[in-house]
Formats: sequence, structure tokens, C-alpha cells
Amino acid sequence: MYDKGKIILGLILFFVVFTFPFWYNHGAATQTPEPELTKKAKQAENCVEDTSYMRTEHMQILDDWRDITVRDGKRLYVNKSGKEYMASLSNTCMDCHSNKADFCDKCHNYASVDPYCWDCHKYPEENE
Amino acid sequence: MDNSRRSFLKIAGVSALGLGGVSGLSAMIPGPVIAEQGTSAPLYKDTQKALTAGRWGMVVDTRKLSRSLCEKMVAACHKAHNVPDHDHERHTIKWIWTDGFEHIFPGKDDEYLPERLNNLPILSLCNQCNNPPCVQACPTKATFQREDGIVMMDFHRCIGCRFCMAACPYGSRSFNFRDPRPAIDEENPDFPTRMKGVVEKCNFCAERLAEGKMPACVEVSEGALVFGDLEDPKSEIRKVLRENYAIRRKQSLGTNPSVYYII
Repeated sequence: MYDKGKIILGLILFFVVFTFPFWYNHGAATQTPEPELTKKAKQAENCVEDTSYMRTEHMQILDDWRDITVRDGKRLYVNKSGKEYMASLSNTCMDCHSNKADFCDKCHNYASVDPYCWDCHKYPEENE
Repeated sequence: MDNSRRSFLKIAGVSALGLGGVSGLSAMIPGPVIAEQGTSAPLYKDTQKALTAGRWGMVVDTRKLSRSLCEKMVAACHKAHNVPDHDHERHTIKWIWTDGFEHIFPGKDDEYLPERLNNLPILSLCNQCNNPPCVQACPTKATFQREDGIVMMDFHRCIGCRFCMAACPYGSRSFNFRDPRPAIDEENPDFPTRMKGVVEKCNFCAERLAEGKMPACVEVSEGALVFGDLEDPKSEIRKVLRENYAIRRKQSLGTNPSVYYII
């Protein structure tokens, strides 16, 4: 085998550089963010659906809301237990979750999701 | 390899049978059943206060229009819908505006037109056509017609191709060449703004009708605008149309507008 030394050295170098992100960041994992609830959200106890469902499906609910309110004109959402809510991001969601930075952005930044809701929809100014 | 053609075909035949058998079997086994989420799935309803109609329409009584009244109606609409006020004329966004008689009714202009009509600003807005050319032109169905006749924009879907603007014979649509937000004096939190790159127009205040309110312009019109259900013979708008001769804009195009003008 010709140039054995060079090849092996090259392979080692390649391996080190290739795996750099893994060992460089080892143990430096940041904690999973917990969305913070406002007082109003805590008092309400229940969101429009139960927490675990909201956690995994809120994007689906919001997507349905926007389609059904705009296209079908049906603006009232009746949840599984029969309670009614106006299907509105700015006026229903943000009424309780008025802390966009600590509630929405925290996880979205962590998961590198960039929803464009706020290009048009207004969120409450944060006073706290 | 010393496989003959004969042995190759044998193996191929057997494996084909085997594969076929497996897929045949799997077709007989029922697939996973999608779990039902409880018995009462969420559903969507109209709000209780919502005003409904077979086909919404409007009558503009030009006899009651004045410059100051028109300005008031335009301001009310543009404030309610976060319509930006750009300083550059070419970037203008308008949902409702005024223009001269000769522009609103081209072809009906005349040398001996009553003096009143020569200087009168005439209110103009989306005609909410019953045969809307913009809806046909839209490639993404961002512009659509509701069951109650309102031609509406779904800003979420608009890709800003502006085919609808080319298709509209009334110039009722505006394009956001710039981010509208800096040009809005006071944002109304109850209605979203738009973003750069979408088309917008009058929506007959669909969001106010859902709350049981009359359109913003009608509310401040001091009787110059009559709004109601064109399909209901007992409605006020039908009464007004029965008692007065009203015309519509560019009727010969066949767009069948829902906005009438009493001259």
C-alpha cells in the first residue's frame, strides 16, 4: 500500500473534522424551554383543549381556525367538552397568552420554527 | 455462474409468486384503524349575532353624497381595516374611495349632464360582483366568493401575482408594494394588517357582519348607503330599489355587481 501514512493521517483528520459538531457540543445541551403562563392563563386552567393536545396540535388548530373563519365564515369554535370560543389568534389566544416572548417565541426559537403569524396579526405589547 | 436460462426462469417465477402471495395476504389484513378522538369532535359554528343574507348588496344614493360625508366614510373604513396611508401615489392602498362621475360611469358621461354630477365625488368600492372575474383569475383561490355573495380575500393564500387586479374592471384592488405597517397611524387590534406582496380590497365588512354590525361605511353614512339582502324581497334595500331607478357600473361586462347607484 503506497502512502500508507498520508492516507491514515488523512482519514483521522477527516474523522475529527466530520465529527467536530458532535464532540464540541457534547454535554453543552441547553435545557428544553418551558413556556411560561401568565396569571390569566393559570387561572383559566384549561386552554381551548387540554394541555397535552394543545402542546402537540396547536399548529393544526390554528391552521384550521384560519381556514374555517376566513373561508367558511364560521368564527365560533366548539371544543370537545362543548365550550365555545371565538376562533381568533389575536383576540382569543393572545388574550390569555399575552406574553408572546415567553410563551410562543421561547419554544419556537428552540425548535427553530419561524411562524409568520405576526407579519399581519397583532400581539399584545408586553408590559411585564 | 452456470445458471441456465431455465433455472433462472424457475427462480424468477417462484419469487414472483412469493411476492404476489405476500402482497395479496397483506391486502386481506385490515390496516390500522384511525382512532376516533372521543365522541364529540370539535366543530365550528356561526356566531349567534351574525347577520346573514342570501346575497349582500348595497345602494349608494348619490343624491345624499357630499365631499365631507365621503371623506368620513372612507376614513371609517380605512381605520377599521388598517388600510395604510402611503405618501407615494403609486403605492396607494384603497378599499373605498371617491372619483368623478365620468370615471365611475365611463360612457355615461354627457355634455348636458346635470351640474350637480360634474363636481360630485362618487363613492366607489368593490362591487362584490355575482360573477366575479377576479375569482376566476386567482390561481390560488385566495380570492373566493362566499355563499352570501361576498367576494373575499384570504390573505394567507395570496401570492401577489396580481392577476385579480388585471381582471377587475373597476380598479377595486390594491397591491402592497411596501410593508403597510409603518404607514398605519393607529393599528386596530381587531383586524389584521397585511404584509408586503399581497393584494387587498373591500370585504363588505365580513368581520363586522359576523359580529352583527353593519359595515363601517354604512354606519357613518347618514342614510346615503343602504345595505341589505338582495334576495330578500322584504329587505330595505329591495324596497329602495323598487322605488328608485338605480344603475350599476359597467353592467355590459356581465360581472353582475351587487352595488347599485341612485343617480
